[in-house]
Amino acid sequence: MQAADCSADLARTLYSRMLEIRYFEDEVQRLFFRGLVRATTHLCQGQEAVTVGACSVLGAADTMVCTYRGHGAVLARGVSPAAAFAELMGRSTGLCRGKGGSMHLMDVTAGAYGSFAIVGAGLPVANGLAWAARYARADSVCVAFFGDGATNIGAFHEALNLAAVWRLPVLFICENNLYGEYSPMRATTPIDRLADRAVSYGMPGEQVDGNDVLAVRSSVEAAAARSRAGEGPSLIEALTYRHGGHSRGDAGKYRPEEEVAAWLARDPIEAFGRWMSAELDVGDGDLAGLRDAAQRRILAARDEAAEAPAAAAGDLHTDLYASTEVRSWAR
Amino acid sequence: MGEMTYRAAVTRALAEEMDRDPAVALLGEDIGPAGGVFKATDGLFDRFGGDRVRDTPISEQAIVGAAIGAALAGLRPVAELMFADFAGVAFDQIANQMAKYRYMSGGQVRLPLTLRMAGGAGLGFGAQHSQQADSWFLGVPGLLIAMPSTASDLIGLLKTAIRLDDPVLVLEHKALYPVKEDVAAEEFLIPFGQAGIVRAGSDLTLVTSQLARREAEAAAADLAARGVSAEIIDPRTLVPFDFDTIAASVRKTGRLLVVQEAVFPGSWGATLAAWVAGNLFGSLACGPSVLGVPEVPAPFAASLESEWLPGRDRITAHVLRLLGLPPAEGDAGPEPAGRGAGPQPVTGREQQPA
Repeated sequence: MQAADCSADLARTLYSRMLEIRYFEDEVQRLFFRGLVRATTHLCQGQEAVTVGACSVLGAADTMVCTYRGHGAVLARGVSPAAAFAELMGRSTGLCRGKGGSMHLMDVTAGAYGSFAIVGAGLPVANGLAWAARYARADSVCVAFFGDGATNIGAFHEALNLAAVWRLPVLFICENNLYGEYSPMRATTPIDRLADRAVSYGMPGEQVDGNDVLAVRSSVEAAAARSRAGEGPSLIEALTYRHGGHSRGDAGKYRPEEEVAAWLARDPIEAFGRWMSAELDVGDGDLAGLRDAAQRRILAARDEAAEAPAAAAGDLHTDLYASTEVRSWAR
Repeated sequence: MGEMTYRAAVTRALAEEMDRDPAVALLGEDIGPAGGVFKATDGLFDRFGGDRVRDTPISEQAIVGAAIGAALAGLRPVAELMFADFAGVAFDQIANQMAKYRYMSGGQVRLPLTLRMAGGAGLGFGAQHSQQADSWFLGVPGLLIAMPSTASDLIGLLKTAIRLDDPVLVLEHKALYPVKEDVAAEEFLIPFGQAGIVRAGSDLTLVTSQLARREAEAAAADLAARGVSAEIIDPRTLVPFDFDTIAASVRKTGRLLVVQEAVFPGSWGATLAAWVAGNLFGSLACGPSVLGVPEVPAPFAASLESEWLPGRDRITAHVLRLLGLPPAEGDAGPEPAGRGAGPQPVTGREQQPA
């Protein structure tokens, strides 16, 4: 772990938030296998330190967009786990009233402006959120999370270029979990360090240990300060690992066993717990208490969601247009 | 009243809305000091400054994405995509993001954004600079689509588009930019979903817009000389669509012809013909018909392009056939195969029980 100025209170918050995400995702996997979450899921166990570290430096006015592997990012912004569970289960109390689903969790009241199911598509939108902030002379920033695979799609390059030319306050944060769906990065990408792609756009590019929540935090804090000062965007590549497979029941068997074992041994939550014990003198009992409390919150959220009614069929036609009556052709 | 080009109408509408609302900002390629490749934003950079009239790189995904994000955060961006063909580069941002954002959010957000683009043939720009984008996006719920045909319609519809809290595609026709018309000097708006009756008539309802509408108006004059009274209706917006005005006309005339600058498959004309057949069958004296463009890309050579576009004489001939009248002098007779969708077999009113 990076030596960092971190109070015990902050550490407990970061630790608890990472645990909530871990327990949330574990529970989603169970719900999926029980058929209570339909279609697909893309889980982020192992990547919690990236979103929690990054979002821990954001203020209420800051905005965030993320990917279809976005449950963690949304929860890291403080979105209600019960409303997130409800959305995944297609309930009327879901974040998006059952119209989004696992890949589209969104809660603008928490600054979570969208989860994108098209690889890279959130990055151009992040620019617009940041542009609006600049236009209003506000000093807020927008964080855009995306995966390593997204750095090979056109939207990534168009977005970084425009952000640099317009000096937009965007923090492009790549959650590099080494696999684009089923393919290892080396099979799809001709460079090893994705942070180097920042050079093409004249912006700072930094690679950080994405399993070190404090390292992520300090990198994002510095990038946010630059953006708030009008110095434009940054690219941060956070090296991390997806403990599970790509989606659904994928066990990720295409990955070498020794690689998986090495990364599991670097679990970001366990590592941070050890660091808290060593550096902040937080006892084992204290950590266990935080784990129990996080788990209780997540299970209670799950139960609350499960009790909610299914999204109402009568709402099928609502929420499409905000200001215009559009009659259907099919009458 | 004063004369104004369709091009200047764009500039006027944008300037009026920017004067009215500081949240309105423009972005696009070359729209700033250069005034746009069609000069539709000429002078706006000098008048409103670089913060509100922003040049972008040649990056259509980035342009539309920036407009989406800005709209989410409370701006009312108007993005120019230059040629409508370039919407293909931004298809994901338009069809997957902009159109679905509000619905997928369960109504959390509003997207008050306008995308302008110049489509249409007639100027010899060839297959990748002459397309209309309406058929691409007609089947994507969540978008509003306006197709202004005149300077007045452009002003009224573009201003309304900017004020709506929904994403709007304003599809301009590049061949109309230099066309001058009388336009009211005072400010006005035109609501979406309200078709315009361009010419009153009793024998046939001719629904059309933009360049095709100008040809249809000329054809209607020729037809009048033959004693045929065509009612011309311009839908103005495809989404929302004014069913009532068209239905009232078809009930009166018993005949529908759509003239459009689009191939028949997947077009608004085909959709309207199906709707009229399904809902007004008992009022019809003949099958609803669509005259579009041949199912080949827009060609380059003038001799080919004029053959491709639905022109005055072809419209006249088509109407005469629908009415069972002999062709005009010099008309070659039946339509060659593959040119839009030809007249349908007569059915409907005469066969309905009284």
